[in-house]
Amino acid sequence: MSDIKIAEAPVSIDGPGFSLTSLDKVVGLARANSIWPLPFATSCCGIEFMATMGANYDLARFGSERLSFSPRQADLLMVMGTIAKKMGPVLRQVYLQMAEPRWVIAVGACASSGGIFDTYSVLQGIDRVIPVDVYVPGCPPRPEQIIDGVMRIQDLVKTESLRRRNEPEYKQLLAGYGIQ
Amino acid sequence: MATLTNEYVQSRIASQFGDKITEQVESYGMLTVTVHHEAYFDLIKWLKEDAEINCMFLTDLTAAHYPDRKEEELNVVVHLHNLPANFRIRVKTYIASAHPHLPSLTPLYKGANWMERESFDFFGVKFTGHPKLKTILNVDDMDYHPMLKQYPMEDQTREDKDNKYFGR
Repeated sequence: MSDIKIAEAPVSIDGPGFSLTSLDKVVGLARANSIWPLPFATSCCGIEFMATMGANYDLARFGSERLSFSPRQADLLMVMGTIAKKMGPVLRQVYLQMAEPRWVIAVGACASSGGIFDTYSVLQGIDRVIPVDVYVPGCPPRPEQIIDGVMRIQDLVKTESLRRRNEPEYKQLLAGYGIQ
Repeated sequence: MATLTNEYVQSRIASQFGDKITEQVESYGMLTVTVHHEAYFDLIKWLKEDAEINCMFLTDLTAAHYPDRKEEELNVVVHLHNLPANFRIRVKTYIASAHPHLPSLTPLYKGANWMERESFDFFGVKFTGHPKLKTILNVDDMDYHPMLKQYPMEDQTREDKDNKYFGR
């Protein structure tokens, strides 16, 4: 027999023929296990991501096998690699085109902080132009680390309110970046 | 096709331009000619149009900044190539950073267009007669020439790095 593990059902009150739980948890469970990532790969971290997507590490195990190359259908923006200042507005545009709910993961030192490229032409961390949910350290990080980052995103997705975009904190965060 | 030698080209340049040439040296087998900036365009035009020397290909055009050389802080380097004879030559000229003007090579070589824009972008060399002298690699609103040595390489907007650990 195969040892396929399926996602655990949320805490519920069960009886004959029914199962009672909150809608938040069901939707959170569904969302967390069907994240469509948009890879924004600009350098070597992107190569590690390709390994992560490949058969050995297999990101599909986490429900993320469907990469979306259109930002409009993507849930998770994965920024992997050095973002030059000239690329900043492009990245921001891609983020703006994504529909809510959306999450962002900064993979590697360059996307998180500019990394070794402390120079006039490189953006010193993507959180200068868009809000970031999870930072993955490493130069470049190993596929295990990227998978761990995706799992931290899953934790966020599972426990997040369905009405995140209406929360004053979230609105304030986006306003801090000048995003409506 | 007769082979061109550095000695021969050197003597031709000396007889043609004489006192406008400040230095002729050979480094790693390649002739390097330093020319006064007033004769810069004429020399390159002559190197291109002379029937024998015939340097029809512009390999490279770039700049360098030497802040210690007073009144000639900016250096422009041009590499030319005669393809049939496989003869290469390097032309250097120095200009003052207070007055960084040089004639554009775009009337001679179409390929000079982007290389001159790059030299303008990073070093602020103003090529007179260039069709579109604006930034090419840096962000459009870049308001300084970042490769000039008075500007630090590091991004100045970072607060999370302690200067003493980064040698500054």
